[in-house]
Amino acid sequence: MTTELALQITGMTKNFGGLKAIDGVNLTIPKGDRRLLLGPNGAGKTTLFNLITGDLKPTSGSVQLFGRDITGLPSHHCAPLGLARTYQIITLFPKNTLADNVILSLLGISPLRWSPISRIKGRKEFEERARAALKQVGLEAKADRPLGETSYGEKRRLEIALALAQNPSLLLLDEPLAGLSRQERLDVQSLIESIPRDITLILIEHDMDVALALADSITVMYHGRVICEGDRAQVVADPRVKEIYLAS
Amino acid sequence: MTRKSRITLISLSLLILALAAPLLMGQPFYINIGSQVLIAAIFAMSLNILVGYGGMTSIGHAAYLGTSAYVVALLTLQHGFGFYTASLVALGVVVIMAAIFGAIALRGTGITFLMITLALGQTMWGVAFRWSEVTGGDNGLPDIKRPDLFGLNLVEPGLFYGVMIALFVIALVGMWIFTQSGLGLSLQGTRDQPRRMGMLGHHVWLVRWIAFIIAGFWAGVAGIAFIGYHGYIHPLSLGLANSAEVLLMVIAGGAGTLLGPVVGAAIVVVLKMVVSAYVSRWVLLLGCTFVAIVILLPEGVVPGLERLLKSILPAARDDEEASS
Repeated sequence: MTTELALQITGMTKNFGGLKAIDGVNLTIPKGDRRLLLGPNGAGKTTLFNLITGDLKPTSGSVQLFGRDITGLPSHHCAPLGLARTYQIITLFPKNTLADNVILSLLGISPLRWSPISRIKGRKEFEERARAALKQVGLEAKADRPLGETSYGEKRRLEIALALAQNPSLLLLDEPLAGLSRQERLDVQSLIESIPRDITLILIEHDMDVALALADSITVMYHGRVICEGDRAQVVADPRVKEIYLAS
Repeated sequence: MTRKSRITLISLSLLILALAAPLLMGQPFYINIGSQVLIAAIFAMSLNILVGYGGMTSIGHAAYLGTSAYVVALLTLQHGFGFYTASLVALGVVVIMAAIFGAIALRGTGITFLMITLALGQTMWGVAFRWSEVTGGDNGLPDIKRPDLFGLNLVEPGLFYGVMIALFVIALVGMWIFTQSGLGLSLQGTRDQPRRMGMLGHHVWLVRWIAFIIAGFWAGVAGIAFIGYHGYIHPLSLGLANSAEVLLMVIAGGAGTLLGPVVGAAIVVVLKMVVSAYVSRWVLLLGCTFVAIVILLPEGVVPGLERLLKSILPAARDDEEASS
């Protein structure tokens, strides 16, 4: 059986000087998968995201997105190809309202981003879609509030709204639950669960309860390598995973 | 009426009042100061695109004003061009120059960018200063005639001031439209979160480069007005002191606001022209003014006054919510 692939990483290596941050990673994500990237700090999970999105150029190896080679393409090529990501460290626009934050995301995939004259504010297609994206993450009531008046948990949800607003085909979520309280975690968890199944998800997360509940399949990384891949039962039973998480 | 539209109304009335003030005072001395403020304001607004909206601090912006003025001077004096044709050529030259210099300066960001703009600016100053067979060197280029416009003799200060008001309003409205446009929003986004903007599909480098060219273009417009007003250009106009002065206008008035550079330009030019007529140590007063601004309104005069107005105008939160 051949399933269509959302992402295929082949022989990926990234050296930072003498350090092999990524060391020969192969990763295949079928369309519609919800993959959890697991691994201790320094395993190379975020570096792998940065290599996929073109923030970093690989030392060797290739990245294919829906069958198209995107190895080393600068990151502004990602959005038009249906690839969106969120950041572990909040990366939002502090001077803007929540709606305007989302509008910058919508603008990124609109040809109007090059127009020096056409006014964006008040345009129906932007305003309505921005509000729809905010509604999706439960923030529509705060649409006109400046970012500074929102809580950390709301910022985490806005991070996801910016990515979802572009209606991506592949979404990379980098620790979407980082720093959240118990209740906020549950909110974001149900938000991620509500993401349509036709969006392929790759998730980096340390909260095992949430992450294991969300993921269809799991890839475990350690020191820049993939050491184990499979469903929850397979990964939990793997002796090397036990060793990393219990012995270290 | 919401608080925001009230603040807009207040600033608009103040602006119109300020534009009318030199005419009400009547004397050519004040009208000419008005013209110089408006030229400086266009110049400062052009730098504000880079500094305020793009987060790129340039300290070589006088190169564009000066080059534009030099091109007009050279073409009218030595090649028999009319003032307006020469101006069009000057704008073309400045745009190409900004495209090349921008491509070089944008290899860096932050302090690196600043140092490259400084080096490029000083290069242009060096050319104007040393290439004396063409530029007149330290003597500058004098006697550029102020042109007629639709049969009106612009040597008359009031008429020239009228033309400057028109030019200023065009620049101001153009700037306002730009800051609300797709490209303008994109530029402001790259100032705050360049990495995120890239991931969202914005071509960060190209956005900055286009902004650099637009800023160069408007500085070129200011340069044409400058040579039209003074009829004289000297290498100093291209140099570091002039670049620093315009940067001071932008920062003192409020970088990243529409009217900040205008207020900054007014403060510097009025102090320079009016106060120096009475006090010989006027630079001391300029320094004190900036110290006062830094202490009292550190974000710049315009955002600072806006903050004060907001605390004065009552029932703000309520009518904001009622209106939304």
